[in-house]
Amino acid sequence: MPGGGDAAGCPPYPIELESNMSINLQALFAQLLVGLINGSFYALLSLGLAVIFGMLNIINFAHGALYMMGAFCAYFLLNVLGIGYWPALIIAPILVGIFGMILERTMLQWLSGLDHLYGLLLTFGIALIVQGLFQNYFGSSGLPYAIPDELKGGMNLGFMYLPIYRGWVVVFSLVICLLTWFLIERTRLGANLRAATENPTLVRAFGINVPRMITLTYGLGVGLAALAGVLSAPINQVRPLMGADLIIVVFAVVVIGGMGSIMGSIITGFALGIIEGLTKYFYPEASNTVVFVLMVLVLLVKPSGLTGRAT
Amino acid sequence: MKNKISTLLFSTALVLATTGIASAQDKTVKIGVLTDNSGLYSDLGGAGSTLAAQMAVEDSGFQAKGWKIDVISADHQNKPDIGSNVARQWIDLDKVDVIMDVLNSGVALAINNVVKEKNSIMINSGAASSDLTNAQCTPNTVHWTYDTYMLAHSTGQALVKAGGDSWFFLTADYAFGAALERDTTAVITANGGKVVGGVKHPLSTSDFSSFLLQAQASKAKIVGLANAGGDTTNAIKQAAEFGIVSGGQKLAGLLLFLTDVHSLGLNVAQGLNFTETFYWDLNDQTRAFSKRFGERMKNKAPPTMVQAGVYAGLLHYFKALDALGANPHDGAKVVAKMKELPTDDVLFGKGTIRADGRKIHPAYLFEVKKPSESKAPWDYYKLIGTTPGEQAFRPLSESACPLVKK
Repeated sequence: MPGGGDAAGCPPYPIELESNMSINLQALFAQLLVGLINGSFYALLSLGLAVIFGMLNIINFAHGALYMMGAFCAYFLLNVLGIGYWPALIIAPILVGIFGMILERTMLQWLSGLDHLYGLLLTFGIALIVQGLFQNYFGSSGLPYAIPDELKGGMNLGFMYLPIYRGWVVVFSLVICLLTWFLIERTRLGANLRAATENPTLVRAFGINVPRMITLTYGLGVGLAALAGVLSAPINQVRPLMGADLIIVVFAVVVIGGMGSIMGSIITGFALGIIEGLTKYFYPEASNTVVFVLMVLVLLVKPSGLTGRAT
Repeated sequence: MKNKISTLLFSTALVLATTGIASAQDKTVKIGVLTDNSGLYSDLGGAGSTLAAQMAVEDSGFQAKGWKIDVISADHQNKPDIGSNVARQWIDLDKVDVIMDVLNSGVALAINNVVKEKNSIMINSGAASSDLTNAQCTPNTVHWTYDTYMLAHSTGQALVKAGGDSWFFLTADYAFGAALERDTTAVITANGGKVVGGVKHPLSTSDFSSFLLQAQASKAKIVGLANAGGDTTNAIKQAAEFGIVSGGQKLAGLLLFLTDVHSLGLNVAQGLNFTETFYWDLNDQTRAFSKRFGERMKNKAPPTMVQAGVYAGLLHYFKALDALGANPHDGAKVVAKMKELPTDDVLFGKGTIRADGRKIHPAYLFEVKKPSESKAPWDYYKLIGTTPGEQAFRPLSESACPLVKK
């Protein structure tokens, strides 16, 4: 009896369906927002990588370790010197940035002009050493870092409970990403920098100190990683391996976005965070592989990445 | 010709005789500690497990009796294939007699097969899966410290009885998580509760917010964490952030170690209920051992229950060797002796090892202290209940282990 059926049984179904739908939509919004939060970290980290690759031609595998150092820096500022979260947001990236500049001056600069593989292996080695040292001293479980009082608590958005701190992370990293993009793509300093990557000899002829600029750029990229580390300290445990868990995903983000493309890495960072968030909702088992599946697909269709230029 | 043959026979007999004598008086032992030395579980086992093994060697007094004992250690990186390769090499080339710790259920189940195939020994302290002494039991494995059945019964039952009758699981997506969720679900339904949902997350997940939102939306009274180490601490920390507990839901850390509580800090961890079989501050003997242990640890940490299990398990192994008079290099024979002798050590007290390889001792239900209640470093737990050994673990009548005679 098509279209017929039990009259008494009919009414409940549409109502139940509707309430299910609304729950699903709520959950969907919540996952989108959570994805956006994770995307902020991906964007900040892949942005630093893109800056370093775009300007120095170095595949910086030490990025995860430097991110971890940022978080540890915040921890020590608080627990040894009593300096809180807000100053740490500025001090930690500067300290770790200086560490990065020392790395660049003492080691990385000798690799300019060599194959990418050399830089990759050197930075990978540095990452292993740094992580090993931290793990040796602090163990693997990590250290606690509390959310600053001003950002404690949360608000009920109707479809989800948003911790204020997470909201702050999204807004703050968006601002930082856009500022970095503006600095490199829209200012005179950025123009000099881009010119120096194209033709260092010519730029030097204009009286610009190219090696110093490159060192500062590496410091900037490293500082961005450390900033992401400080931002994540109150959310995750401050652990020596926190960067190692993240760095591979971030590299996939950079590859999908197109190596060296600033805007590409920002947009892909946020987009992949959202896609990963949705995967966690629909099929959680695949949540740590979905990014790599996408990477394979993008590489097959457009080997230079979504926004990269073919070289 | 005849002369030659008789010489040959004589020398063969001589060789056989001397090796026979040698094995009857063989007093060499090689111990391999196979653990996670670099990953998310390295604080609860790792270097501390190796130290525990060394202390057991020293405290056994065997070296004074003329035994030659070596302790070696390796990192299985939480990968079953790497773990089995190391175990095979240890047994075949390095002549390792007993493999200790083997935390991570995935790796432990793999090593379980290796020691059976090669008639070696695994005294497992760190792995959780109750399958090691159930369907997958072998005559070569002793499971010392704890298992998923025990955790599920102690913590699960206590929480369901306290009114937590609907559960949502966050489960680590491998052998251990699956076993813990399965065993806990059985306890929940047997006590009249129900499981309303769950998610499986990959091992070493740093962000739990998606999963926590799903747990929140489920309206379950209890959010059960069927994971361990860094996964558990991240989930607990982020649950506080998302207002899970302040929203009226309760967290159940089904497997929590001392190092996890230390890393969370009492502010976040206070009030959590969970089960362990060892705590450094249980009595004078555990305190004395933990003091000696902590002095030799880099961060002065007292032993976790996993490290305590390595120490106690190895001491009992030596006791079996002592009873046998020499090392027969025959895994099943030594394990049979271990099962025959009652256990008695300063950390777990008196107990037994059953036919299925399960070590029996009491299970303690703890609550994490409030920051104001903690008087000294590492003073974190309040004892709120004890389950006697005979009731804590899976009864032999329910066992699927072929070694158990019915």
